[in-house]
Amino acid sequence: MLLEAKHINKSFHDPVTVPILKDVSIEIPKGQFTSIVGKSGCGKSTLLYILSTMDTDYEGELWIDGEKLTGKTEAELARVRNEKIGFVFQFHYLLNEFSVLQNVMLPGLKLGKISHQELEHRAIEHLRKLGMDSKALKKANQLSGGEKQRVAIARALINDPLIIMGDEPTGNLDKKNTEVVFDIFRQLSEEYKQSLLIVTHDPNFAERTQQIIEMEDGRVI
Amino acid sequence: MNYPLIWNIAQSLSLARWKQTLVAAVGVMFSITMFIALLGFMNGLNDLLDSLVLNRTPHVRLFNEIKANKNQPILLDNHYKKYHNFIRSIKPNGKNAQIANSVAIISKLKTDTRVLGISPKMIAQVFFNVGETDVTGVVNGIDVEAEARLFAFGDYVTSGSYIDLKNIPNSIILGKGLADKMLANIGDVVQVTTAKGDRFPLKVVGYFQSGLGEIDKVQSYTSLKTAQKLIGQSNAYVTDIQIKLHDLNMAPSVSKEYAQIFGTDAEDIQTANAQFETGSSLRSLISYAVGITLLIVAGFGIYNILNMLIYEKMDTIAILKATGFAGSDVKKIFITIAISIGILGGCTGLFFGFLLSLLIDNVPFKTAALPTISTYPVNYDLKYYLIGITFSLITTYLAGLFPARKASKIDPVDIIRGK
Repeated sequence: MLLEAKHINKSFHDPVTVPILKDVSIEIPKGQFTSIVGKSGCGKSTLLYILSTMDTDYEGELWIDGEKLTGKTEAELARVRNEKIGFVFQFHYLLNEFSVLQNVMLPGLKLGKISHQELEHRAIEHLRKLGMDSKALKKANQLSGGEKQRVAIARALINDPLIIMGDEPTGNLDKKNTEVVFDIFRQLSEEYKQSLLIVTHDPNFAERTQQIIEMEDGRVI
Repeated sequence: MNYPLIWNIAQSLSLARWKQTLVAAVGVMFSITMFIALLGFMNGLNDLLDSLVLNRTPHVRLFNEIKANKNQPILLDNHYKKYHNFIRSIKPNGKNAQIANSVAIISKLKTDTRVLGISPKMIAQVFFNVGETDVTGVVNGIDVEAEARLFAFGDYVTSGSYIDLKNIPNSIILGKGLADKMLANIGDVVQVTTAKGDRFPLKVVGYFQSGLGEIDKVQSYTSLKTAQKLIGQSNAYVTDIQIKLHDLNMAPSVSKEYAQIFGTDAEDIQTANAQFETGSSLRSLISYAVGITLLIVAGFGIYNILNMLIYEKMDTIAILKATGFAGSDVKKIFITIAISIGILGGCTGLFFGFLLSLLIDNVPFKTAALPTISTYPVNYDLKYYLIGITFSLITTYLAGLFPARKASKIDPVDIIRGK
């Protein structure tokens, strides 16, 4: 099992205690394209941030790749995110100070496992796969929304992560670009057996994935 | 840790807001420039004022103070010597200002390895006769060469040549104020009357200016031989033996030792000039205080600019953390930015501080009181440059530390979900 969450509980305490997640347990096997769906406010994004190790304020246990991550230090979790998880967000979140190529390379440079040259080669490879290699030297803020999202996917892929997580990756895109991004995900899933976990409120998107986790009021149904 | 990467990110972030970064660096540069120029100028002035007195003061001076004998007859009485005796109206005994056995003392001093040089001297009170009036004055009989070598006598002789004092018999160098009072030009002959009533003609070969007007109005110099002749004493007559040591700080102990061995009074430079030390250290203290205040102000500038940068770059910090940068990496990035500003501003500050010092050093500064200098004095001691760069690094580090810690604690979830 690639990712396991056992009995996750989480509440917000400001100003009164509101339970957000109630005893959520999910399992995501390797190589699967999974989506989490549910209405706005059902806790799906909160769950994703817990699974992504960024949010550590919860009860329960989180296991990724046979390793228990609950209770690890911030630096250890950062290392796990760097090496094993790729991210795609709703608002693309590229670094505007850097070029497209540098954006893609950044997590790889942080990991520091392969040489700069090799990394650059790999980054261009990923960009080519996503049809973005011609924009490699442009600044991130010179791209359109759909292009930014494709670059973000390339960045998520750079360290060959165990899983790619997305929080409404198509939420801010028009229909055409949504299709482009979905096709990329499907291609990654089918051709490269990449595990994907995508939060979406778009039922159209969700029903084309292999596994659907549906949430309501902080519970999996 | 991956330092080239940290450096690369720090560089991109600071270049993205290069105007603010520049302003911060200029702030540091300005304070370091002022720090260097201020300390250099202040200490140049200190050195000048110190040298005005300290260079001319012997480290140890042997002399006889005219005073009543400590061993009064009553102390020889077995019964009363244990008492505290009040003795009134006693006079100094026949002992005079002359240092007894001066030749032997001088030859003994010359063998002491702690001693750099010795200059014997005698002081005589005289009247200078100008027409009907008499002007009181002091004639210092000096060993011209030793005085010039040890106490920079030549520097203070503003007209004429000091060595003429030795080469021309019966010559005198007058204080500038004294010469003006007597309207005596170089080459003129002035009449001198000694305390015993003998009258001597002496030829004026130069003027000196010590920088202290009161001294210049009464003092004059002749060679030791001329002075001895003036008051009719043998060539062993010496009232002062001025000693310069290799190490100034040994003066108090050496002075005590000599007082005991030679049976004279001895005074060390620290006792003679205590107030100058105090003045110098107070001036240094003030200039350090001003300099460090400037640096702290610059530090607040960096603190503000980094804080602003962090608010602007929240997204960037969040994405760095989401993609695997730890809080400590983010902290390092911002501290790198702060330290880079410190190094950049500090080094250019040192350079401009040096230029400003050069500029001050070349500003004409002429005053009658200070004959030896023509421009403002500046001290170029490397010490101030080292202190400057060290302080700039410390303040920028501290100014960067708090914003950097704040940045490292940013919760990426808050930022990413907050959109």
